[in-house]
Amino acid sequence: MGIIIAKILIPFLIIVNLIPLLIWVERKGSAYIQDRRGPNRASFFGIRLGGLLHALADVIKLITKEDIIPSQVNKPFFILAPFITLTIACVTYAVIPFADPLIIDGKLFPLQAANLNVGILYILSMSSLGVFGVMLAGWSSNNKYALLGGLRSSAQMFSYEISMGLSLMSVVMIGGSLELTTIINQQSHFPWQWNFLKQPLACLLFIVATFAETNRNPFDLPEGESEIVAGYHTEYSSMKFAMFFMAEYAHIIIASALISCLFFGGWQFPFLSTHFLREQAGEGIFILLLAHAFLFVLIGIFLLSKFSKGKYGDKRDYEVLVIGVPFTLLGLGLGFTALFIGTGDYGVMGRQIFAALMQFGALMTKILFFCWLFIWVRWTLPRFRYDQLMHLGWKVMIPLSLANIFITGVVLLFL
Amino acid sequence: MPALKQELESETMLLNVGPSHPAMHGALRTQMELDGERIVGSASEIGYLHRCFEKHSECSTYQQIIPYTDRLNYLSALMNNVGYCMAVEKLLKIEAPDRAIIIRVIMCELSRIMDHFVCVGTNLVDIGALTNFWFFFNIRERIYNLIEMVTGARLTYSYTRIGGVARDLYPAFAIDCRIVLKEVEQAVKDVLGLIQHNRILVERTVDVGVVTKEQAIEWGFTGPCLRASGYDHDLRKAEPYYFYDQFDFDIPIAENGDSYDRIMVRMEEVRQSTRIVLQALEKLPSGLIMTDAALVSLPPKEEVYGSIEGLMNHFKLIMHGILPPKGEIYSATEAANGELGFYIVSQGGASPYRIKVRPPCFPIFAVFDKMIKGLMVADAIAILGGLNVVVGELDR
Repeated sequence: MGIIIAKILIPFLIIVNLIPLLIWVERKGSAYIQDRRGPNRASFFGIRLGGLLHALADVIKLITKEDIIPSQVNKPFFILAPFITLTIACVTYAVIPFADPLIIDGKLFPLQAANLNVGILYILSMSSLGVFGVMLAGWSSNNKYALLGGLRSSAQMFSYEISMGLSLMSVVMIGGSLELTTIINQQSHFPWQWNFLKQPLACLLFIVATFAETNRNPFDLPEGESEIVAGYHTEYSSMKFAMFFMAEYAHIIIASALISCLFFGGWQFPFLSTHFLREQAGEGIFILLLAHAFLFVLIGIFLLSKFSKGKYGDKRDYEVLVIGVPFTLLGLGLGFTALFIGTGDYGVMGRQIFAALMQFGALMTKILFFCWLFIWVRWTLPRFRYDQLMHLGWKVMIPLSLANIFITGVVLLFL
Repeated sequence: MPALKQELESETMLLNVGPSHPAMHGALRTQMELDGERIVGSASEIGYLHRCFEKHSECSTYQQIIPYTDRLNYLSALMNNVGYCMAVEKLLKIEAPDRAIIIRVIMCELSRIMDHFVCVGTNLVDIGALTNFWFFFNIRERIYNLIEMVTGARLTYSYTRIGGVARDLYPAFAIDCRIVLKEVEQAVKDVLGLIQHNRILVERTVDVGVVTKEQAIEWGFTGPCLRASGYDHDLRKAEPYYFYDQFDFDIPIAENGDSYDRIMVRMEEVRQSTRIVLQALEKLPSGLIMTDAALVSLPPKEEVYGSIEGLMNHFKLIMHGILPPKGEIYSATEAANGELGFYIVSQGGASPYRIKVRPPCFPIFAVFDKMIKGLMVADAIAILGGLNVVVGELDR
């Protein structure tokens, strides 16, 4: 029982905690793309931490704000909509495997919340449920702009779901399974065997479709700021708005996880197989600890060297110390630990956990890269028009994904 | 067999866009009748920013009107200053000294660059490309700083005087200006790199809001919107004022008259304006920045205290203001949006009997409803941004 709860909670908490971090990356990233400084005003006893605290300030602000429910809305649906959106956005992670299954007492112990053998179907069904929240929000707000936003998003999400599903089909065809673990295992740890090289077109179509599913630029018509004010969440305030906001980022994280699992090898560590990682755990931990120690000390010393007392003349002077000292100490601690324990043997369990952690790190790196891709694209491209969006979805993407399935089928038949 | 096709019953929706809406720059209001997302018909309304500029002017002296003109097109306030002062100078039949005129040209062209930056930047924001806005606004900030050093203000300059300009340029202005102009070139290059061949932007703007040459002339378009439709008319070339005939620059012309062309014409005009400023910096003569015509300019203090004529002149100007002869004048300059005209009727008093402003965006916005009919809501927003309707000068 405890293990099941842990399996559900840990990945969930990881994703929920990634949301504020991602918001920070979006704000800072967009600022650097646009030659700005970005947020840096929120402070904690004068320590600013480069805008990281804004996420905390936002949470406090949004929780303490008055929750306005306009008089003309359809109250039950109006309240239900943000809950649906956030819940749907957060449950898809259940089938995403975070590492190679552990083997405990000869039993397979998969590192994912639910090891479904129809994982891909589950993903598709969950992502198609997501439209309900947006649609209900748009309709129940009883606001013309919100209605337009809801209409746009429902049309958009339905259309792009088809090409998303079809592009996944070709992956399923070469993988021969609907189970994510099998698909990842079949991609192996060599990057040239990953699906994005075997199925480049499907990969591209899937990425575009996920952009549309997450309502991100260039497909952000449902909330098209300049045209329909804020789209479906025009009437929402306080935490209900925050839930839509969080759902957007949760969507991005899940979409990135799916892209990395289906096309970029998931938890596969490039060039290092699970077997190798488990065998060489002793050396691996030693090298890993030393590398981290080196990195942390380097960052710490760099920050410490930036310390000068009169730079700002207030507590910001000590900002570099607040981060630099723990980093240096942590680095030194890690280094001494590494030298102290050396390349010991950790037993069957320890080796497996080390391999799992390495693979989890590989998966997170891939996820964060695709999260950055989402942010990068948003601040670079303009927005589509409604009819162009439909044109792209129905007349370009669906035929292409169908053709891709056909070609995959022919190749599979004759090879 | 009877036709199986059945018409679904549907009705249109009225959508009130503005006066408070993210894309309605300033306070415009358009009521749209929508069939789905398509605009069946619309009615635009102006007047939310009406501040009685013209009526107000009738009880102000000629000098007092200069600050009011700042508030017309607040994106390029210096051009309004220049346009108004030029009209009054024509009425008085005096000329500003050459140095003042070249300074005015420099300020006008810098303002044109800023105005085009705001127009293109906000237009792209409306289309969803946010980054370009900051690429332009960073450099616009640099120009602001430059102009602030000269005029002492950032938005409402009131820099010109009847018969000259208020202050001289500071000594290092030419150096600073050249540096800023280099950055302008770079900003234009950056943004063009992001938008010129961007497939999404091209699809959003090409063949959207097309105004043919005939329509543009018939509707009274001027400025970049007219030139985007393919008609070569620019007051700086057609009726040269302020030595514009001596500067070497081109008037960019496009063909289709769609939103894309309007953006591109503005981008090219920015480049041409930098050319003009560079030449003007070369040309800048030394000398007075204010005419010594007794009619408008205060005599030097030695004369005021040393001669009866100087004292009388000072007293008359302070107590009675500038007194132009009876008559009327229409004077137009090529502002960033198009022809900015001032029509002044004088009865010989210290205040004008009547002032009428011909704002360039008034005829343009008048046909906005015709332009957006049958298009989508998103198109309407994209077109409005490209027309550069500045409510300050539209409503006055």
